[in-house]
Amino acid sequence: MTGRSTKKGRAHGGDRPAGRRRAPAGGPPRSWRHSPLRRITPWLFLAAPLALLITFTYVPVASMISYSFTDWDGVSPDRENVGFDNYVQIFTRPELFRVFFVSGYYLAASVVQIAVALYFAVILSFDLRFRNFFKGILFFPYLINGVAIGFVFLYFFQDGGTLDSVLSWLGVSTDHPWLGDPTSANISLAGVSVWRFTGLNFVLFLGAIQSIPGELYEAAELDGAGKWKQFRHIIAPSIKPVISLSVILAISGSLSVFEIPYIMTGGATGTQTFVIQTIKLAFQFNKTGLASAAAVVLLLIILLITWIQRRLVPDDKVDLV
Amino acid sequence: MTPDLTATPAPARAPRRRRRLPVGAVLTYLSLLAATAVVLLPLTVVFLTSLKTSEEVGDGGALSLPGNWLNFDNYVTAFTDGNMLMAFGNTAFILFFSIGGTVVIGSMTAYAVDRFDFRAKKLVMALFLIATLVPAVTTQVATFQVISGFGLVDTRWAPILLYMGTDIVSVYIFLQFIRGIPTSLDEAARLDGANAFTIYRKIIFPLLKPAIATVVIIKGITTYNDFYIPFLYMHSEDLGTISTALFRFKGPFGAHWEAISAGAILVILPTLIIFLLLQRWIYNGFSQGATK
Repeated sequence: MTGRSTKKGRAHGGDRPAGRRRAPAGGPPRSWRHSPLRRITPWLFLAAPLALLITFTYVPVASMISYSFTDWDGVSPDRENVGFDNYVQIFTRPELFRVFFVSGYYLAASVVQIAVALYFAVILSFDLRFRNFFKGILFFPYLINGVAIGFVFLYFFQDGGTLDSVLSWLGVSTDHPWLGDPTSANISLAGVSVWRFTGLNFVLFLGAIQSIPGELYEAAELDGAGKWKQFRHIIAPSIKPVISLSVILAISGSLSVFEIPYIMTGGATGTQTFVIQTIKLAFQFNKTGLASAAAVVLLLIILLITWIQRRLVPDDKVDLV
Repeated sequence: MTPDLTATPAPARAPRRRRRLPVGAVLTYLSLLAATAVVLLPLTVVFLTSLKTSEEVGDGGALSLPGNWLNFDNYVTAFTDGNMLMAFGNTAFILFFSIGGTVVIGSMTAYAVDRFDFRAKKLVMALFLIATLVPAVTTQVATFQVISGFGLVDTRWAPILLYMGTDIVSVYIFLQFIRGIPTSLDEAARLDGANAFTIYRKIIFPLLKPAIATVVIIKGITTYNDFYIPFLYMHSEDLGTISTALFRFKGPFGAHWEAISAGAILVILPTLIIFLLLQRWIYNGFSQGATK
């Protein structure tokens, strides 16, 4: 493989006379493009990145799959092959399967999150006062450390905490223990995740809306299209790819929730998520085999979702190579 | 701070199309103010709590104001009893090496893929792309065994290696940018006898500055905030990062909300300062990083 393929907008570097090269005697061969060194060079640059990629992504995935068919505890030298038993357990033992239902709360929260983000992105794509201030306010929660957020909201939901005080200030007296029963706790935690992640969706949508050329609106206005029509026929189609990406991120995110519930409740009162359970199985109960099977299930679900999305909304982005 | 609700459009500072606000200007501003309240209220209350004495926390409601606005005792407590100083040190150490490593590794990958033709190029890119689909959350069960095989559990190098080795977003950002650097520069340098490493070091790397800035910011913020990896790999008391050290406030400080609040504010402040200084970079960086 010599000479790069011509790509659009690229200077085509063909062979050049090497006469002007001030090569020291016995230096590089005259036509450097054809030297064997030229073929090795990219690999010298890729050695470290590929080594890291394979060691910390591909090796773990492969070994995870192999552990998932054993009853290994993660420490002892011997392990028994148990076939698909771990997978059967995950889907048949109700206490293991229950965690999937918790994801439902986060999935519902994602819908709210995307709707809210879309609303504010549309509003703030107009010129209005304090635009940058509001943009900053909406985005900032996304940048805050998760543990800090966990504590902020533990205080928010506790007895006589922020929420109770605000409610009594508004004349609603309540002594409802917000994190006290499974339904209310999960709704509260999912609410925290809306508070935390809306900003990212908002910024993505805003970027997409602002890349729509202004003439389109002007033309639409001349044709007498109202605001709603403009939204439906100009804004919505242009940001469809970003919305579909957000939906995917939302679904896989809802399945891999870990931080907020772990920090706030430790998975108590029915707030255990799939990942908290997997981590506990692996590192508390030494059930590496079962935990690996759970991780493989999660990985397969996420790959499946991604694949469905690619089929439904074909990516017209440029290929990276 | 009541915004002027007359529907005259403000002169936009940014070069944007000027459009009139829809009729519901009042409602629009009301919804924005509501969102502002929802975002700021929980944070403000925690800030106020961090300035109170424990008696004040016990007696007053969550919305009461601290008696002394300059009461920084809780911050001293958080710093000394909460090991926050150690935590900031560890976090800085991890940040330095993982950001440095990510920049070097990401830019090398982009350089090799963009500037050379070799047979397995498509395969290499596919390896990187497929890896983006694998959430790190799922593989830790097995990654732990790899790290433990290297004998790196409970060292600062475990998170450093993991942050460096799984960052495809930065490779992508470098790749986008390196395409805009004309290859004629490489050619000219080569005629002057520069080899591939010299070209990378003296020409490509310096020209990548904007992309490097983006990667440093995104990587910096995500690494600073990460809880999962240090929580799994660094159990020792003296190896806390800001996330894990703050998490440990849960035990000893049990119901001492004033100390916990001070710890939380300490962790949030650096993020706030960076955000105010680098707003535009941060928006662009995160949108680039997410829509890969």
